[in-house]
Amino acid sequence: MTRDEIREGLAEILEEVAGVNPDDAAEDKSFTDDLDVDSLSMVEVVVAAEERFDVKIPDDEVQNLKTVGDAVSFIEKAGK
Amino acid sequence: MTNGVNGTKVVGLGHYQPSKVLTNEDLAKMVDTNDEWIVSRVGIKERRIAEDETVADMATAAAEKALAASGLTAADIDYVIVATCTALDRTPNVASRVAAGLGIDAPAAIDINTACSGFPHAVATADHAIRAGAATNAIVVGVERLSDFTDWTDRSTCVLFGDGAGAVVLTATAPGEEPGVGPVVWGSVPEMSDAVRILGDHPYINQNGQSVFRWATTTLAPLARKAAESAGVKIEDVAAVVFHQANLRIIEGIAKRLGADNAVIARDIVESGNTSAASVPLALSKMVARGEIPSGAPVLLFAFGGGLTYAGQIIRCP
Repeated sequence: MTRDEIREGLAEILEEVAGVNPDDAAEDKSFTDDLDVDSLSMVEVVVAAEERFDVKIPDDEVQNLKTVGDAVSFIEKAGK
Repeated sequence: MTNGVNGTKVVGLGHYQPSKVLTNEDLAKMVDTNDEWIVSRVGIKERRIAEDETVADMATAAAEKALAASGLTAADIDYVIVATCTALDRTPNVASRVAAGLGIDAPAAIDINTACSGFPHAVATADHAIRAGAATNAIVVGVERLSDFTDWTDRSTCVLFGDGAGAVVLTATAPGEEPGVGPVVWGSVPEMSDAVRILGDHPYINQNGQSVFRWATTTLAPLARKAAESAGVKIEDVAAVVFHQANLRIIEGIAKRLGADNAVIARDIVESGNTSAASVPLALSKMVARGEIPSGAPVLLFAFGGGLTYAGQIIRCP
């Protein structure tokens, strides 16, 4: 799966969970500061991403995922 | 040997909340927060805070109402069990004080502490005691005065909690009568014992919100469904669901995965906050008082909290 495909999948999840406009979900955007995703919505995004991409994202890792790009990179690596 | 008792049922409910209301606007004057932030994060509009009322006072008040509603008297009660994690005294326990307050003569008087999941644990324990022939009529209370253990300068926790109590009276079913309390589904996740805590050297409630949210919304729905099924109740036939009132988003997250599509979902958290072991009986008693639960209809209780612990069962209300 390419980075773009992962980012598009994340954008769909972000739209469903937190009402984020998919056009805004660029790799450089911060979940908290740019996309207004609060800490509990972030958990919902992570849980949905685990199901969709068949990866494990541990609790300890969630705090390191500051931007959409961080999440794309983690999923890309974890999926290999 | 059997005593002929094959089940128990709820014959009375009651609750008590302090009269002092603490709104989100009130909190905004104490810490850096606002109504919109609190409502969007946890769904709470206001909570009740105890003033003069002790844990035992609130437990006794709720138990007294449940006893009055049951048609039984203090003389009939031989088992008092109180779920709480905020009793200040190590002894006497709260159950003894409730018994003394109501003039109950010589009951078994027991407190249990499984934090927020205490009430369904206590209902199960009372159900088991009656079915084993060790008791005939029980008062089961969930009570909490979390305001004593809240850091009122910490905006991430002080918006969450409230005080209150709820109680039910349980009695044996007649021979041939269908049990009104279903088998309990209970357990714990000891490896997550650090996730919710009120520690001796730092006596303020604290939690890893994200971990608890994830655990609750991803693992509890199948356990709650099992509690319904083990009572022979199809999930779509459940009339009401009373989850522990921790956070409206957890309640809605579990409800979405549960599939109890025809059930009224308790949302007492909006007006009461998180009252830990009191939240389930408080929400339940208020729903019954408002006529939202048909007599005899299956109600699914499911609570979860510090430990981490969880417990739930089907009950039927008068």
